[in-house]
Amino acid sequence: MSDPTSNPFSAVEPNSDLLSVVLRINGASHALQIDPRATLLDCLRDTLQLTGTKKGCDHGQCGACTVHINGRRRNACLALAAVHEGDEILTIEGVGTPDRLHPLQAAFVARDAYQCGYCTSGQIMSALALLQEPCGPGDDEVREYMSGNLCRCGAYANIVAAIQDVRGQS
Amino acid sequence: MQSFELLRAADPSAAIAAASRSATAQQGASVRFLAGGTTLVDLMKLGVEAPHLLVDINRLPLDGIGRAADGGLRIGATARNSDLAHDPIVKAEYAALSQAILSGASTQLRNAATTAGNLLQRTRCLYFRDTATPCNKREPGSGCSAIDGANRMLAILGTSEHCIASNPSDMAVAMLAYDAMVHIQGPQGERQVAIADFFLLPGDTPDRENVLQPGDLVTHVTLPPPEVGARAAYLKLRDRVSYEFALVSAAVSVTMAEGRMASVRFALGGVGTRPWRVPAAEASLIGQPPGEAAFRQAADLALAGARPQSQNGFKIELARRCLVHALNQVTR
Ligand SMILES: Cc1cc2nc3c(=O)[nH]c(=O)nc-3n(C[C@H](O)[C@H](O)[C@H](O)COP(=O)(O)OP(=O)(O)OC[C@H]3O[C@@H](n4cnc5c(N)ncnc54)[C@H](O)[C@@H]3O)c2cc1C
Ligand code: FES
Ligand code: FES
Repeated sequence: MSDPTSNPFSAVEPNSDLLSVVLRINGASHALQIDPRATLLDCLRDTLQLTGTKKGCDHGQCGACTVHINGRRRNACLALAAVHEGDEILTIEGVGTPDRLHPLQAAFVARDAYQCGYCTSGQIMSALALLQEPCGPGDDEVREYMSGNLCRCGAYANIVAAIQDVRGQS
Repeated sequence: MQSFELLRAADPSAAIAAASRSATAQQGASVRFLAGGTTLVDLMKLGVEAPHLLVDINRLPLDGIGRAADGGLRIGATARNSDLAHDPIVKAEYAALSQAILSGASTQLRNAATTAGNLLQRTRCLYFRDTATPCNKREPGSGCSAIDGANRMLAILGTSEHCIASNPSDMAVAMLAYDAMVHIQGPQGERQVAIADFFLLPGDTPDRENVLQPGDLVTHVTLPPPEVGARAAYLKLRDRVSYEFALVSAAVSVTMAEGRMASVRFALGGVGTRPWRVPAAEASLIGQPPGEAAFRQAADLALAGARPQSQNGFKIELARRCLVHALNQVTR
């Protein structure tokens, strides 16, 4: 159907449904063979075993899958992985380590900003982006900027406090 | 999800040529442009959309936002909703548009969502999204489950016996109030369609939602020059304070001269099968001093012909009050 000469999406081999793509994740390049249907979320979790990014709803409604693409937060569940070849993707695995927590991660621990922890990586990826966004100083503004991340345990009050701790420091 | 082929078009004409092979640009299209994907990928997962070919338009040079030659604004089709909402010209001169976009979805979604994708987002009617139930919009002739079903969120204006699905876009409501023009490039060349004519009423073909034909690529949207001295706002009422679709909403823009309203524009969201505007209701305010009674009368005109369903009758009064409140806000 398509003109192969102009299409940068290349099949692994003739007649294969799989595409050869190179994804840039947390600063490293990964050469992969993926189905065009693979979302960035499934690709991270199932192909690359980067399971820090979570699947809550798979429909853009909860924010558990939040990652950064070229510095901006996005829902990985609604992004097709192949389309993001060449983009710089940042996941929670690229934000601090267990012995060197990012200040936001440390603040979430200090503030007990979670209960089950399932939404936490998405919350932190959103909060990390928020630090660079034109978000006003108040708690209400933080709530508005964080509204794309649901927490079924209802840790919202402590999440806002953790984010405000870090913003106060900077 | 049904499997599909993925194409990245080298330029707009390649994208148009590929998409023109689809029998329709409406429900059931076999080729779809992929922009932010926040509507399309969602609906493909649900089986509501099942294109055989996806044409990635994200790398086409269609993402600019800037002053148009006539002093208005030119908004590229793939400009991200976040960029448009935070654009300095938009914030200063088309405030209702900035507010409308920021009232929709979440930051993550707005970072992905594009101008054209937002205009072409699909209804959130539960039955449209559920392939196990009849829906005339999804499957013509199968029936409308919403008329006797969960219709609290759905439309009270522009409905038909075949479909009562509401148009969910906030951005389009503000664009309608600002008289936006949608620019389309298709297999036969370029054309422009006023946004008031872009969306179709459901009638007996609710599967046809807009004027797009196979291969038609929205390239950009333009807004006329801003009205000097206009005060504008977007007021959205919903079940929770953020990250929720409108029950009702109003985009308003008013200019004053010597204590009287000199120009008035408004459009309503959440109530119509398409973004809703009633020129006679706007005209009724021209030359009048701002005031509750005049606003109330304009709201009655705007809601004339509203037909409530079993669960959404409350929208009639809510929409009136939303409009009156927004008009009060910009004329105080
Ligand atoms: C959880 C959730 C909450 C939301 N809340 C709101 C809300 O409160 N208010 C609101 O207004 N919206 C809301 N949205 C909808 C969101 O705004 C839309 O999904 C988004 O704007 C679509 O843009 P996109 O670029 O991702 O479109 P895509 O999904 O890429 O495309 C949508 C459609 O447009 C077509 N298309 C795209 N670009 C072009 C083009 N240039 N020419 C021709 N056809 C084209 C595609 O083929 C497709 O059919 C919400 C969405 C989600 C998932
Ligand atoms: S898993 Fe992506 S938003 Fe819920
Ligand atoms: S901590 Fe359990 S969902 Fe947020």
